Amino acid sequence: MSELTLVQAVNLALRRALEDDPSVVVFGQDVGRHGGVFRATEGLQQHFGSRRVLDTPLAETMIGGLAIGMAAQGLKPVCEIQFLGFLYPVLDNLANHAARMRTRTQGRIACPMVLRVTHGGGVHAPEHHSESIESMIAHIPGLRVVIPSSPRKAYGLLLAAIRDPDPVVFLEPTRLYRLLKENVEDSGQSWPLDRCDVLKEGSDLTLVSWGAMLTEVMEAAGVLAERGISAEIVDLITLKPYDAETILRSVQKTGRCVIVHEAARTAGFGAEIAATLAEHAMTALLAPVERVTGYDVVMPLPRLEREYMPSVARILKACRRALAWK
Amino acid sequence: MPASVADSDRIVAQFEVRYRQFLDEEGSPLAPLPDFCRDVDLMLSIYRGMHLARAFDAKCVNLQRTGRLGTFATSLGQEAIAVGVASAMRASDILVPSYREAGAQIWRGCRMEELLLYWGGDERGHAFADPAVTQDFPISITVANHALHAAGVAAAMKLKAEDRAAVCLFGDGATSKGDVYEAINVAGVWQLPLIFMIVNNQWAISTPLERQTAALTLAQKGIAGGLSVLQVDGNDVIAVRDAMMEALDAARRGAGASLIEGVTYRLNDHNTADDSSRYRNLEEVKARWRFCPLRRMRAFLESRAAWSEKRELAMQAEIASLIDSAADRYLATAPPLPDQMFAHTYARLPAGLMAQRVEALGRAHE
Repeated sequence: MSELTLVQAVNLALRRALEDDPSVVVFGQDVGRHGGVFRATEGLQQHFGSRRVLDTPLAETMIGGLAIGMAAQGLKPVCEIQFLGFLYPVLDNLANHAARMRTRTQGRIACPMVLRVTHGGGVHAPEHHSESIESMIAHIPGLRVVIPSSPRKAYGLLLAAIRDPDPVVFLEPTRLYRLLKENVEDSGQSWPLDRCDVLKEGSDLTLVSWGAMLTEVMEAAGVLAERGISAEIVDLITLKPYDAETILRSVQKTGRCVIVHEAARTAGFGAEIAATLAEHAMTALLAPVERVTGYDVVMPLPRLEREYMPSVARILKACRRALAWK
Repeated sequence: MPASVADSDRIVAQFEVRYRQFLDEEGSPLAPLPDFCRDVDLMLSIYRGMHLARAFDAKCVNLQRTGRLGTFATSLGQEAIAVGVASAMRASDILVPSYREAGAQIWRGCRMEELLLYWGGDERGHAFADPAVTQDFPISITVANHALHAAGVAAAMKLKAEDRAAVCLFGDGATSKGDVYEAINVAGVWQLPLIFMIVNNQWAISTPLERQTAALTLAQKGIAGGLSVLQVDGNDVIAVRDAMMEALDAARRGAGASLIEGVTYRLNDHNTADDSSRYRNLEEVKARWRFCPLRRMRAFLESRAAWSEKRELAMQAEIASLIDSAADRYLATAPPLPDQMFAHTYARLPAGLMAQRVEALGRAHE
């Protein structure tokens, strides 16, 4: 067991998958010799060779398209798109083909592939490097959308994504890549997909979030605890298909829910969760569901990104509003 | 050529595009024929394959016109490409077709009732029961995306060091799309066992070739990516097959990818929802019938004393009865249950979707 950052945990999982499964092929721009723009694939080509870890020409659409063809031929493509803003051209292949090949051929051809993409802002990156468009991807039937919030989860979830028989978009929170270290055992053990993780149990209100935003959520929960308020924290982990049951169970207990995400509010994934609560937890709710989100604006360049992203103060304000209802 | 030439300019690269044709439109050889032409049985089965493609196409249009099939993309006049391509492939190769290649799909083993089922609005038509085609790609309705899927298939074959190749067909319109350029590029740089066949039928719905590109040929687009390229008479099935065999052989030898432009003509509307008289002259279409690939092959076979009117009629009757019984099987297929929508969205039905499935099944019994 060793102390690893999230990006090192991703590397470890890729290493383990390449070791265990000869059908796994890692490819993308700069992932081979260079080891990836964030070093997520560092050393993999040196160790496994250029038939398993491939540098591609610079073409995102092509990366998505290649993965579909390779998956159809029994390989397990694990590809990297460097930044979420560069995923847009891949959406065509994801939505039109990867997500529906199994249906289109009635199970004859499937696309077990993993598309790793960095997610979110807060790292002072150039334009298009700080997007959070997870709900856009989660809207597509047939895909899995997964986002880890810690090194240990990144390791286990990436292994689960690679072993999953369906296409998975694996979002890696850029802000968490090197923020904290955790003991990660290279056990080959996967972390369950399609299930929320209750990070902290509580009784007064439920905080739901995912990815890097859980950092602020945890901090806010700490502040609340000092004031004698017990918050339950749910890490969503898999956005599609998502585990409504765990959230409903939590809100049925607490009666109050604050959803926190970095993505813009309108049609953000918080809206889906709020709708589910309205449908199935109406009688348990003691207060309107609160959403603390990015604004419906273009993701600003670094000088304003902190103003855009939900802060601990904004989260606490929403919690206070929710708690004010008696 | 640049607008001006400086004395110090040097030519650093020069390219050429060659055109291949063996039979003229009257079926007379223009050059010594490839060896496979000596195999009379093969020639006859190729001729039959083209007839089958044409008769199946006509049946589909007929079924659509009588309300028994959905919108259908016809391939009238393009039979030589479909059959020339498929007859050159091995069963272990993979076909990645567009939506106008029924002739190739049937040759390889797709059942006509399956293709009818798909065009009739039922995904089960893409399940392809024949083991010879279980790895072939389904029809691609989106234009050009599948060029990259074929590159992925070929990349897998290469990584696994297999003795197989992928064959991808798309139209002239698709060559305007980025996916095709990206596919050509990676096929070249990775030396993939892959053949692109451009079915240049001169029209992308209402857009004629001269409005599609300023390039002199579509074949030259492959040169930019370092592929071997050739333009062939796409209505000469011998030329198509010969070019394909050469390209497949190169792919299997590890000599890399090829791009072939088959020059043909779409004799019918884009599809059954289209009326091409809105944008093209009937005289133009009429003039093109002279280049019909079936007519030329028949003349060739007759010149070799391998064919007669009697045999022609017998073949047509045999094909008609095959197609009729396939159509009967299609029409007798019970509509899918609502459950079919859910069955293959994921390998295992997620919990949330299970509830929606219950809702859908409940509605079906209301």
